Amino acid sequence: MSLFVVAHAVLRLRLPNADPFLLPLGGLLSALGLTMIYRIDPELAFRQGLWIVVGVGVFAALVVFLKDYRELDKVKYILGVSAIVLLVLPALPYIGRTINGATLWVDFGGGIVFQPGELAKVLFVIFLAGYLRDNREMLSYGAAGQGRLPSPKHLGPLLLIWGGAMLVLFQTRDLGGALLFFAIFLVMLYTATARWSFVAAGLALFLAGAYGLYQVIPHVQTRVGSWLDPWADPADTSYQLVQSLYAISSGGVFGSGLGNGVLLSPEGNPYIPFLETDFIFSAIAQELGLAGAAGVILLYLIFAYRGLRISMLASDGFSKLLAAGLTAAVSIQAFIIIGGVLGLIPLTGITLPFISYGGSSIVANFIVLALLLMVSDRVNRGERT
Amino acid sequence: MNPQIRRLFLVFAFLFVALIATTTYWLWRAPDLEARQGNPTLIVRELEIKRGLILAADGRTRLAANRRRELPDGRVWWLRRYPRGPLTAHAVGYSTIGRSRTGLELSMNDYLTASNANLSTIVDTTLDKIRGIPRVGNNVVTTLDLAAQQAAAEGLAGNCGAAVALEPSTGRVLALASSPSFNPNLVETDFDSIEAITAPCRPAAPLLDRATAGRFVPGSTFKIVTAAAALDTGLYTPESRFDDPGFCTLFGQQVFNFSDQGTPSGFGNVSLADAVENSINSVFCNIGKELGAGVILEYAKRFGFYERPPIELPSEEVLISGLYRNGRLYDPETDSEVDPGRLAFGQERLVVTPLQMALVAAGVANAGVVMEPKLVERIVSPDGDVIQRFEPEEWSTAVSPATAADLTAMMVQAVESGTGVAAQIPGISVAGKTGTAETGVSGRNNTWFVAFAPADNPEIAVAVALSDQAGTGGATAAPIARAIIEAALGRNT
Repeated sequence: MSLFVVAHAVLRLRLPNADPFLLPLGGLLSALGLTMIYRIDPELAFRQGLWIVVGVGVFAALVVFLKDYRELDKVKYILGVSAIVLLVLPALPYIGRTINGATLWVDFGGGIVFQPGELAKVLFVIFLAGYLRDNREMLSYGAAGQGRLPSPKHLGPLLLIWGGAMLVLFQTRDLGGALLFFAIFLVMLYTATARWSFVAAGLALFLAGAYGLYQVIPHVQTRVGSWLDPWADPADTSYQLVQSLYAISSGGVFGSGLGNGVLLSPEGNPYIPFLETDFIFSAIAQELGLAGAAGVILLYLIFAYRGLRISMLASDGFSKLLAAGLTAAVSIQAFIIIGGVLGLIPLTGITLPFISYGGSSIVANFIVLALLLMVSDRVNRGERT
Repeated sequence: MNPQIRRLFLVFAFLFVALIATTTYWLWRAPDLEARQGNPTLIVRELEIKRGLILAADGRTRLAANRRRELPDGRVWWLRRYPRGPLTAHAVGYSTIGRSRTGLELSMNDYLTASNANLSTIVDTTLDKIRGIPRVGNNVVTTLDLAAQQAAAEGLAGNCGAAVALEPSTGRVLALASSPSFNPNLVETDFDSIEAITAPCRPAAPLLDRATAGRFVPGSTFKIVTAAAALDTGLYTPESRFDDPGFCTLFGQQVFNFSDQGTPSGFGNVSLADAVENSINSVFCNIGKELGAGVILEYAKRFGFYERPPIELPSEEVLISGLYRNGRLYDPETDSEVDPGRLAFGQERLVVTPLQMALVAAGVANAGVVMEPKLVERIVSPDGDVIQRFEPEEWSTAVSPATAADLTAMMVQAVESGTGVAAQIPGISVAGKTGTAETGVSGRNNTWFVAFAPADNPEIAVAVALSDQAGTGGATAAPIARAIIEAALGRNT
């Protein structure tokens, strides 16, 4: 708590005109997450607490030392390539770690594992913001007038970086990550060009890709199968989803109360695997009920509102796209995982921003927060002068 | 770009509202979800009830008991423990939070939690609630005879298979064992160790109750049913004569006797009784062709095939025996769909459980009347009052007493001088029938021994089935059956 007061003070001093809602929102969500994790496993909560400290530290460092975030625009290609390098890291021998079927982790030795995909997500958004701003006109109107396809010269690097990212994500079996990157890409492309045809083409591509994956990867088949009919195999393939639904439905309107839910076996093992990461929303829904669950969802909605508001008020294209992209990244990620544990969309394992247990996720989300606030500060300063 | 951003917000708002709506939907479905097996929330609520004990037939030996566990907040949970471990794991089952319930723990749950709708229990539980006394469940007294159960488990050890022992006159289940078994105490705490159990069959499937749901080919043990049909229809007598050329011609193809059955040239001129004694396939093949598949299946149904044996276990743990096609039970409409010759000696596409074959033996032993298999003897309140007694009931009449007597004589002969000599017990006349069913892969035979004793006044009927065997039923299964019979009869002397 005091940590956020410090962070808030740093923010007020450095960026006096920044949006006053976002940091408290991030603080509230991560505090809620910490409480839930403490209830599941106090030791994990301690580590999560440390990660939040690191996250806030990175947040403060960025706010203090990054004088003008628009400098990032100049190194966008480096950032775009680094995003791909980060994504490739886990697939490399010696340092790559495969946990639960997905190759997402990098082992630094000494028990420190890092999930570079989270950071790559932020870099990817910065790259897209810079690139789309530069090529907005050409992409919007095509090489020779409205309705024509943009020339390969302008579309090329975009598709290359994006294609590379997707390929790596599919290779590492990170379906949630792939879905998230794809959605961010579409949202930013649409925001920059206002062309529905891109969205339509993108969705068509996505459906084709998804169908292809469904045919090739058995893992995808079981996931889709258990989404369509969770009750067909509740003991095995859809065990997680079914247990998640049991937990959510038993919560009632106000929940069982913290600590009173049926989350852990007498031996302290959670009934839902990955309860503290992917399925933390199920735990919240059971113990805090519909009220708590809807509250969390509304917090993300407020986050989306404040983030997009910053984007709308921003005067330059880079800032607009950056703010919209970062906000979209957090909102879509929240939707993918909450929708997944509710059985609304097929389940893919990604973290719930700010709430789930996981160092990389927490740090990356605080970086998102720092960037958003820096954009916001600039916006409001500009308004005043 | 602002119009796009505004639209984007509307999309996000719509998506988040959809999430809240879905959460609400699951809340609305809560009663439906709560009733599902495997939902830990209901089971945890029942942990505050002190479940009734599950006891052996002696009414004292505890097969399932409770372990008190105090939670940090002062509440008390009653967790299950199984003092006999793997011995009765399949019949008793387990009651866990994470992996739900099986066996009697599932089927007798209402009694064990005292939530069976009965006026006196409702009054009792309501009074207890008012007084703040934890609810205590009723005790279930099973019919399991631990000496027989122990003999069955020891005999099966190291094999994949199962054994069932019944009391022919009452249908009481004296032993119900499946191998490999597992330790029910580890289901909640160390399920990995159960999944790691290995056995000479693949998959080892230790949780599968092979006694009631194992899929076995009956082989020659089914000749009891064929012989019953042959005699009971009046078309044959034990003295009917046959010429055995060593093979039987089916659809123009010669089906030979089992390879180690005497000479390849056949047994020559034999009686039906000799055919049972030496398990001669060609004779039964010809009887089958004469009777037709319909008549044989009709007698199989009289012994309980094509119906789920009404034992007090969850229905999904009890397999129906009969012809199977593509994994599904299949009742042919016309005789021509089934090869009667192969059906007669238990091959064709017959799938049976050891429980069903024990019921066949028990039916013959009980003068042709098959009793309902009973695994529970009585329900006793915590104070010791008998709440309910499970009385013996007739399930079906398979054959006439005269046919049963003829079958008994032939089965006695099979043990005295035929394929079942390994089941002989000094001083006790045993009636039995071996079976060695080929599955098409060498060393992967299903071997059987089905028997009852004493032949003149049967007290026990057993069926032992083993899979993945290289030997014959007489060599592998008969000694196990003998040990079970000896253990069960030893109790009475």
